[in-house]
Amino acid sequence: MDGMDDIIQEFLVESEESLDRVERDLVALEEAHDPELVAGVFRSVHTLKGTCGFLGMSKLEGLAHVGESLLSKVRDGELALTAERTTTLLSMSDAMREILRHVAETGEEGPRDVTALETQLERLQEDGVGASTGGAQPPDGAASERAPDGEAARPTAGGDAEGARSPTNDGAVVELRSARPPAPASDRVPSRPARAGARDAFDPADGATARGAASESVAPRVVRVGVGLLDELMNLVGELVLVRNQILQLAGGVDDAGLAAASQRLDHVTSELQEGVMTTRMQPIGTVWSKLPRVVRDLARACGKEVRIEMHGRETELDRTLIEAIKDPITHLVRNAVDHGIEAPEVREAEGKPREGVLSLRAFHEGGKVEIEIADDGAGIRPAQIERRAVERGLVTSAQAAAMSEREMIQLVFRPGFSTATKVTNVSGRGVGMDVVKTNVERIGGTIDVASRSGEGTTFRVQIPLTLAIVPALVVRCAGERYAIPQISLLELVRLEGAQRRRIESVHGAPVLRLRGRLLPLVDLARLLGVTSDAPADGPVHVVVLHADDQTFGLVVERIHDTEEIVVKPLSRALERLGTYAGATIMGDGRVSLILDVLGLAKRGGVLAERAAASDGAAARDDAGGEPSTQTLLLVEASDGRPLAVPLALVDRLEEIDPATVERAGPHEVVRYREEILPLVHLSRLLFGGAPSPATEPLQVFVVRHGDQRFGLVVDRIHDIVEAPLEVQALGERTGVLGSAIVQDRVVEVLDVEACVGAAMSPRGLESAAGNWTLDWATAAE
Amino acid sequence: MEHGRQYCTFQLDGWLLGVPIERVQEVIRPPETTGVPLAPRAVSGLINLRGEIVTAIDLRRRFGAAARTDDAETMNVVLRHEEGAVALRVDAIGDVLEVTADRFRTPPPTLTGPAHELVRGVYELDDGLLLVLDTERAVEGMD
Repeated sequence: MDGMDDIIQEFLVESEESLDRVERDLVALEEAHDPELVAGVFRSVHTLKGTCGFLGMSKLEGLAHVGESLLSKVRDGELALTAERTTTLLSMSDAMREILRHVAETGEEGPRDVTALETQLERLQEDGVGASTGGAQPPDGAASERAPDGEAARPTAGGDAEGARSPTNDGAVVELRSARPPAPASDRVPSRPARAGARDAFDPADGATARGAASESVAPRVVRVGVGLLDELMNLVGELVLVRNQILQLAGGVDDAGLAAASQRLDHVTSELQEGVMTTRMQPIGTVWSKLPRVVRDLARACGKEVRIEMHGRETELDRTLIEAIKDPITHLVRNAVDHGIEAPEVREAEGKPREGVLSLRAFHEGGKVEIEIADDGAGIRPAQIERRAVERGLVTSAQAAAMSEREMIQLVFRPGFSTATKVTNVSGRGVGMDVVKTNVERIGGTIDVASRSGEGTTFRVQIPLTLAIVPALVVRCAGERYAIPQISLLELVRLEGAQRRRIESVHGAPVLRLRGRLLPLVDLARLLGVTSDAPADGPVHVVVLHADDQTFGLVVERIHDTEEIVVKPLSRALERLGTYAGATIMGDGRVSLILDVLGLAKRGGVLAERAAASDGAAARDDAGGEPSTQTLLLVEASDGRPLAVPLALVDRLEEIDPATVERAGPHEVVRYREEILPLVHLSRLLFGGAPSPATEPLQVFVVRHGDQRFGLVVDRIHDIVEAPLEVQALGERTGVLGSAIVQDRVVEVLDVEACVGAAMSPRGLESAAGNWTLDWATAAE
Repeated sequence: MEHGRQYCTFQLDGWLLGVPIERVQEVIRPPETTGVPLAPRAVSGLINLRGEIVTAIDLRRRFGAAARTDDAETMNVVLRHEEGAVALRVDAIGDVLEVTADRFRTPPPTLTGPAHELVRGVYELDDGLLLVLDTERAVEGMD
């Protein structure tokens, strides 16, 4: 690369940054006029013009020139920054990016014709101040026939996503500012590499002001470092961490004070260095967000909506590889919120909301992770609509849908092939969507969750690790080998000894653990991996409680070692394909250990079988003789040994309740339960009109949730938990049950939990005399 | 042809096999290996080669040959591969041989089973055959 190439590279990176800033400021200026911002935009465009002239890029120079002239009039207060002017200036920025991209690829400015845009920019300078406020605007007649407001933006709107890509490698260079004094060792916070000092140094907004001021004052002490070098450094630090771990282990076995001191010092310096190098790779999430105001603005105009974007925590830092990886998912979620979430202004007004919708982005560090929230105050997700669509698309059967809680229903938006848009717009909603977002987030070890209230809005919550290269992990043992489990998936550790082991109920190959009243499906690591565990059969049981894809499950391992910082190394393709391992690492003793892929384990262990099977539902149906999807079912007996099945997913907890604690509230039986009042519903009475069982023994209760209220459903016996395909057939018109199904060669009735609970809540139920329950199911089920 | 090709040769189940010498990174004694449950049968595990994690393939298993009955030490030929290094476990290491193209033949029909897939061709030597290992296939396509 000769000197000129260097200059051009530099110019491309800088231009890209200035255009980012120009766009951000122009959009900000729509909110509130700020002479300083106007001056900043002017200065940026002016500088660009100068550099382009110097480099002989006449097209860019010409375009920047007319833009600058317009901006100078705005700066001097001669013109106001109307929506049309902003739009045109943004189009100018788009055009400049396009040309810059061409320069990056070919070294030439390319064929892009900018004369129309230049004419437009010139015309807007002549319109006079009056044009701004929509008052009398005599010379503007030409404008109205030429370009309705949004028009100017349209030709480039397609290239908008492109605009996010830079001529060089976006962010391929990070700036290192030496303004930060070397941190004393004492202020190290190992779990949070993002330190306040570092954060300041990397805030692009800060950078902008610093650079803006730089022309007048002293240049900041900054060096530009190629990202390749940083990646290389990170690799070397990874190696060093491994050597450090090894040395520490070796030194531990030798009685030598000098060696011990030296290895401790090595430990210290390595951690420091690791943190330092990681910090250089940290970028504030604001670098991703800075493009969003523009995206939101353009999109809102295209959809005829009014949207304000709010951002909190833009200085929150994470590793640049992750920044790259979350860019698309976040942008997609934001577009989605504007397109589908926030209603049209008239609709909002009719519902008593302000015309302007608010899209709020929040980012913060929590427990070694970064949380990003994307919330809108729009229409929210309507479970009924989701249900209809999911059934329509064959993602779930109506019986499955009926058995789902509202929350589960909302999660259906992440299923492949699901799109909530009633009409397909060119903005979002082509059927690729949330499932792709979810896949992308999970690929980097993150999770995504959605919560929504109909009429009030939707919040997407994305959790991602701070960095991918070196992660804290729990080391466990299974069949003589050690395995690492990334800490991000870890919820808790449970050790069961002696009598406690009975809390594991292994029934028909679907073992579950009763953990604080909840049912936790268990997966045995040795069995899953097809190896023979050498743990004594009567020894303690170690359960690692993990979280994957909204599902909590317990992984049974032989032994739990320690948590350790591990360096993640990739596996060869043949091993990666197994879907069981996320990588490998080298332990302190130099041996290789596999890193478990928690999501893969959950899938392999069948913990997610229900979901996976359901998402393949449409395909499975085409297969001749395709098996109906498998569900985990709780089998209970309500009266005279009549078996009832309830999808386990609906069951919150299993409890035994002392009859002496039951109180009466009107016709209801209630107990005090976890600081709330738990209404009890006797299924035998409700379904079969039978008498309640004599209340001498503890009541067998399973707790379900309906909205915000929990209910205890009382049965005679909690029988079993089975994994079985569930194909519900509606037999007869019995109310309170969805129908019948064959489970393990027995006919069982599948309980309609919602209807049962609805009955218990119905006003008639409340009116009816105690002990004399005659319920009108038709009204109760509504 | 005045310049022949150089092959690093090794013994496997009575055969003499070879790989082009430029593909060979090094030859090592069997290191400590971490097993990979659920992996293809031919994968004997992962080894730590100076900080690089290398997949080790048992070439006898890959060829569908019986495991060795004697307890002689095996050797590992570490090959450079597009996704990093790969170690092939073989019975013993032979000499580096230089062969000329005019002695190259297509695989004889007597080679059957997995071996047929994995051998690119043979060189006729004065005292036997040198089988050229298709390293790509040996590493890919395991099941």
